[in-house]
Parts: sequence; structure tokens; C-alpha cells
Amino acid sequence: MEAVVPRAALVVPPDDPPGRRRSRGVARKAILFVVALALVAGAWELYKRFGPQDGGEVFGWSILPRANDVAMPHVWDMGSRLFDPESRTSDIPIWRVVLAGAWYSLRLAIVGFAIGSFVGIGLATLMARFGLVRRGLLPYLVISQTVPMIALAPLVVSWGGRLSIGSWEWPRWLSVSVLGAFLAFFPVAVGTLRGLESASATSLELMRSFAATGGQTMRKLRFPAAIPRMLPALRLAATASVIGVVVAEISTGLRGGVGRLIIEYARQASGDPAKMYTALLGAAVLGLTMVGTVAAFEYGVNRQRPPVAQQGAGG
Amino acid sequence: MSQQAGPNPAVTVVGASKVFNRGTPRQVDALVDVDVEVGANEFVSLIGPSGCGKSTLLRLIANLIDPTHGSVTVNGKPAAKARLDQEYGMAFQQAGLFDWRNVVKNVELPLELKGWDKQARRQRAMEMLALVKLSDFADHRPWQLSGGMQQRVAIARALAAHPPLLLMDEPFGALDEMTREHMQAELLRICRETGTSVVFVTHSIPEAVYLSDRVVVMSPRPGRITHVIDVDLGTTRDIDTREDAAFFKKITEVREALRGHELTGDVFVADGAAEDR
Repeated sequence: MEAVVPRAALVVPPDDPPGRRRSRGVARKAILFVVALALVAGAWELYKRFGPQDGGEVFGWSILPRANDVAMPHVWDMGSRLFDPESRTSDIPIWRVVLAGAWYSLRLAIVGFAIGSFVGIGLATLMARFGLVRRGLLPYLVISQTVPMIALAPLVVSWGGRLSIGSWEWPRWLSVSVLGAFLAFFPVAVGTLRGLESASATSLELMRSFAATGGQTMRKLRFPAAIPRMLPALRLAATASVIGVVVAEISTGLRGGVGRLIIEYARQASGDPAKMYTALLGAAVLGLTMVGTVAAFEYGVNRQRPPVAQQGAGG
Repeated sequence: MSQQAGPNPAVTVVGASKVFNRGTPRQVDALVDVDVEVGANEFVSLIGPSGCGKSTLLRLIANLIDPTHGSVTVNGKPAAKARLDQEYGMAFQQAGLFDWRNVVKNVELPLELKGWDKQARRQRAMEMLALVKLSDFADHRPWQLSGGMQQRVAIARALAAHPPLLLMDEPFGALDEMTREHMQAELLRICRETGTSVVFVTHSIPEAVYLSDRVVVMSPRPGRITHVIDVDLGTTRDIDTREDAAFFKKITEVREALRGHELTGDVFVADGAAEDR
């Protein structure tokens, strides 16, 4: 007996919905991630086993890293170091200190990411709406990214220090977030601008034929059409805000975050080489958390979109 | 189905010309001194080789571009006012549905832009989907539909605000022959049920003859109207119409009108000759 096929099944292949195909892709990526991690650890240990203890020279250039325990602690030493106390005077295991630092930095990065995304989307909207703004502003945005953040950090801190609105005073951590935002806004501005300009000529004519205003065209066509290009830009911004915050913590000397831990632990590297790597691990976890959150959001949005790469306003 | 007595003709174009890149070496006379009138309830096709200005003429009527000379009136109003009042709906070769909206919300778009409240526009959109026989697909995403279904959604969207005029730019050009014939029959049914006038751009001679009350034949360089052919095949057209001797006679008449100015040796195939715009 033939089963009754719903009408929708005639247009959508029933056996392999895009959702399942995507979740299979996620599982594959997770496995690849673990494999890649294992490969890096393996390469590290292999070099440590066979590499020169005191570094090596190639044609007189000292370029091969030292494979001794101070420069390259064993992977398992880094792992076990996580569960030892942070210092002789403390009995808190170091993973809790690092995790607390990463959590502190994460909050700063989220604020930086939010400011950066807001500013980036705002600038892109202005540039897409007004050709003059675009021509005037875009070159400066590109130039802004060539300014080294180390040079900018003291400036932002000193400007911030002079800012107070009523009883509200500019907190020191906000300078760090702003520096994160400074790196984060750029990919968002560029990606969103490209997205806003990706609406097809046909769909723009269609909106005009419906007598849509400029604002309506922006809200109902250009902006939704921009989302497939905005999401990857936001993912880049998530990474950028983490890097920005970690570097800014170091260059502004703000305590409490994982950037500060890295610099502190690096100073103790000769006596306790595995310690610095625990802080690096914290920074890596921080970055993965940020990017993972944005990627999950992206995954949720993409489920509403065509499964193929061909996206945007139809046609 | 010659002009029924309506208050206004659907479209009146008087002495319209369009020059692109005026005063530059790339100046193009896209349209020269064109007069067209489309009566209420009338179906008029524009046919001609690439570059004859048929799409340009459609865009003038739609007020997507302005004429260099002459005037365009739609439903008794100047074209610009008619566009703002949504006196016409438009459909293109690409259905141009928005991927981020489901089918019913795509149909609601023009009503949303006009500021209709949510309930009223949902009700109207469902009526329109019933008209194009896609009620069961209201919640589908556009990319889950076939090309012909997408085009039907596009027609439902164009007619959602009940405009008296439908402007179509090769809407079935990307469909296969079977779907295309089906869509043509559906379009005639929809126009009959809604009393909509149509200006239809096509490069298919049988399509123009099957659909139209009148076929306007255009020539390129510069774009102008050379023939206007009345197609008196009656108001009810069905599968038998396509096999009727009168139908073939009209096809021959349109083909010969086109051949009259076939300067560049362009070949006029019934279907499939993609026109580059």
C-alpha cells in the first residue's frame, strides 16, 4: 500500500532535511577539533623529544627553539599544573584563578563586542544610506586599523580618566572594553556595508514599485539581506574583541583579567614554566567561548535561510 | 475582450522618449516618441528583439525611471503619483521573494508598507494565496517552492493591494515550457477574476498571442512601436485555443511584423531566446 505523501514532500526532499545535515556537520567539526588539538600536542612533544635542548642554529642563525623543560614544558605538566595551588602562599588551585580571570576578561570582551558591533552596524548603515559619508569615512576606517593599539591604550585611559557624567565616573575597565571595541567594530562595519549593498536590483525595484520609503527599504530589505554577510563579520569581531581586551589589559595594566595573568606568570617562567601556559589556556578558552556563542547564534539564524550558499534577496 | 467602459484607461503613454547617457558618447535612444493606451481590463503584450526598449517602456509606466520627453498616466494619475498610491503591482523574471520571510509574509509585504494592521493584511494575503492556489504553502519558505510556485507567490504579492494594473517583465521567462503554459492559463484566470489590466513584456510570440487582447510590436535602435496587432481569439482561452487555426494565424502575423525590421539578423525563436538587458 502506498503511503500518503504530504504535498510539501513533493517540493522538499523528505529524507535529508537541511537541519540534520547541518548537525552532522557540527559533530564532524567537533571531532576534527579534538583531532587537531591532539596533533598539536603530539607535534609539541615530538619536537621536545628530538629537538636541541639549547636551541639550534641554521646557517648561523639561531632559529630553532630550545626543547628544554623551561622553554617547553611537557603537555602533561601543563595539565597537572592546573590543579596545583597558584603559589606557595595560596591553596587555591590555579585553574580557579585562571577561570576567574577568564570570566573577568570575558565580561570586558562582551562589552567591547557589543560597543564595537553597535558602532560598526551604525557606521555601515550611515555609509549605505549616504554615499557622501561612505566616500568620506571609509578610508579613515581602514587607516584606523593601522594604528597600533599599544599606542592608543594610554590615550584612551587618560581620556576616560577625565570623563565623568554627574556622579558617574568612567571606570578603568571600560577603557579596556573600548580598546576591544576598537578592533571589533571594523569587520562589522565592512561586512555589514557589503551586506547592505547585496540586495539585488530586482528587489530594490520591487520596493520602489511598492512606494517603500528609504527607511522601509532599509528595514525590510537591505538589513535582512545583509545578515548572511553580517554573521561572519560578527564572528571575526568576537575574536577581535578578545584579542583587544587581552592586549589592552596588558598595556593599561588593569588587574583581574587573563591578560594580566599571562604577563604575571610569564615573569615567573624560569622557576615555574608550566604556569604561563595555564593562563594561555585560559585565554584560548575565553576566545572559544566568545566565538562559540556567536557561531551558535549564527547557526540558529541560518536555519531560517536557504541551505545553499546562494543567499540574500532572491534573484 | 476589447476595452470595457471604465472610468479611466489603465495606462496612457503620450509621445514618450527615453535617452540614456544623454550628451555622452554612450548616448542611447532607448525609446522614441511612443504612444500606447491600455484600456481598463485589457491585456497588452510588448514584444520585440533585444534592445527594443520594451523593458524601458514598462519601467516608464512603473515610474521606476522618468521619461526624457512625453507623459505617462496610470489610472488617470501621473505615473509618480500612481506609484505612490500603489495603482499597479509588478512582477519580474526573478520572483524576487524574500528568503527571510515565509510565503504568506512575502505576500503581506506591500500591505505592510502601506501600514495595514496585522490581522487585515494576513486575511488579505490568505485570500491572495487562495487565488493563486497556494493556500497550503503559506508557512513554507520561498526556497522550498518550485519556480512556477514562486512566480505565483510573486503575482499574489503584486496583486495584494488590489491594484487595477499589473506590470510584468518576462515573468515566465525562466520557467520550463509545461509550467509556462500552465502559468499563462492561471494568469488569465486570475486577471479575469480580479478584473486587472496587464502590461506584459515577453520575447515569446505564442505567449504574447495566447495572453493578449493586443500585441504591441517594437523595433530596436531607436526603440519605437511598429505594429499594434489585435488578437480577437475570444475571452475564454484554453488548451483548445493553442491548437486553433486562428491562433497560428495570429502567431504568423506577429512573426511577420517582427521580421519587418529584423535588421541585425537576430533569430526569433518562440521560446528560450534569452534577452540580455
